[in-house]
Amino acid sequence: MDIFGIIVAALFSQNFVLAKFLGICPFLGVSKKVNSALGMGIAVTAVMVITCAVTYPIYVFLLVPLGLEYMEILVFILVIASLVQILEMVLKKFSPGLYSAMGIYLPLVTTNCAILGVAELVIANVAANTEGAFHLVGTIMGNAVDKWFVTSYGGAVVSGLFYGLGFTLAIVLLAGLRIKTDKLHVAKPLRGFPITMITACFMAMAFYVFSLI
Amino acid sequence: MKLKRFKEIALDGTVRQNPTFRLVLGTCPTLALTTAAINCLGMGAAVIFVLVCSNVIISLLRNIIPDRVRIPCFIVIIATFVTIVRLFMDAFVPSLYDALGVFLPLIVVNCIILGRAESFASHNSVGESALDGLFMGIGFTLAITLMGIVREVLGKGELFGLHLWNFKINFFANSAGAFLTFGVFIALFNLCYNAVERKIKHKRAQQAQALAEQADASAEQTTNEVKEA
Repeated sequence: MDIFGIIVAALFSQNFVLAKFLGICPFLGVSKKVNSALGMGIAVTAVMVITCAVTYPIYVFLLVPLGLEYMEILVFILVIASLVQILEMVLKKFSPGLYSAMGIYLPLVTTNCAILGVAELVIANVAANTEGAFHLVGTIMGNAVDKWFVTSYGGAVVSGLFYGLGFTLAIVLLAGLRIKTDKLHVAKPLRGFPITMITACFMAMAFYVFSLI
Repeated sequence: MKLKRFKEIALDGTVRQNPTFRLVLGTCPTLALTTAAINCLGMGAAVIFVLVCSNVIISLLRNIIPDRVRIPCFIVIIATFVTIVRLFMDAFVPSLYDALGVFLPLIVVNCIILGRAESFASHNSVGESALDGLFMGIGFTLAITLMGIVREVLGKGELFGLHLWNFKINFFANSAGAFLTFGVFIALFNLCYNAVERKIKHKRAQQAQALAEQADASAEQTTNEVKEA
């Protein structure tokens, strides 16, 4: 598997929403309009990248030496909550335009399982593969290419980015489909969440095909 | 506590505000873990424990926690109990710990727990909050176990890990099957719920009408008596 394959996996076959079932709440809740779906997707991607970039050093340099790995849930959720708060303040101060576009989605991101999920999945993977050591870019030699993604800091951040992009792709596509289904005559008990779930079911089938390639 | 209040909380948690089918909260574990019914029971037990404990603590502290920092406080309390559950499961039921995987730590950001802390435990007494947590947890457990049974029987031909038959539809064990099963379950639940509700409303309306007629009759009687006097 080369890097291209890993990117396709992060975007499609290992898609955070449709294959790993993380971040379903915003996926269903903020997908009524394409614009708001895109805003949510970008906010999630940004926070995911920053989360990966910050939690990995914290885990390797702080929790592992102190023997506090069992505290990771508490530490990660606090780090994510404060990161989101800081990002919100920074955006408000330096880029009011961007803040007004995605500011309302940022508080929602804190309690999004996709963010804590990426911290748990990526960090746990990286830590298990490097045995607690810190590699900035890892080794890209021979058949170690596929290991690059799961054994280095750079790999962790890049996989955070592509998982975020996969989330954005899924939520924007669903928003587009929901605009269509809203115009249809749907049986009364199926209106709202059920029909959205069934739409997501067809999307999941399409995304599943990528894992067969 | 009054029996009526108890009944109200129990009904709200399991049926009227069923977290999975009515409120559609905590969807991530619902979709991910329903491939095997036994995992659902394990997840349900973990959620019940965290929900009851966090509801009790938050209810005890509801007058101390300042309003502006309540969400971080709630999250820290919830994360503490999730850590306890995680360590406990890792030590005593490692097979379940592996099966639940990343969704065990993700109980922290499960909307059901934060939602109940925010909307119930921060306004109500300790006993009521504990009951609310218990019944919400039971509602969640019942819902996902039901879905788990359907998906396990159809997708694997097994029930709670016991082999039933060789007929299986792989679709239901996949991610697409999870979405379809969940959608169909919400639709069916809403259908049944609305039918029952309409029946109850109809019954109440009839009762009210009967009472009104009785009241009218007695009022007429009294006016007649007054006239006679």
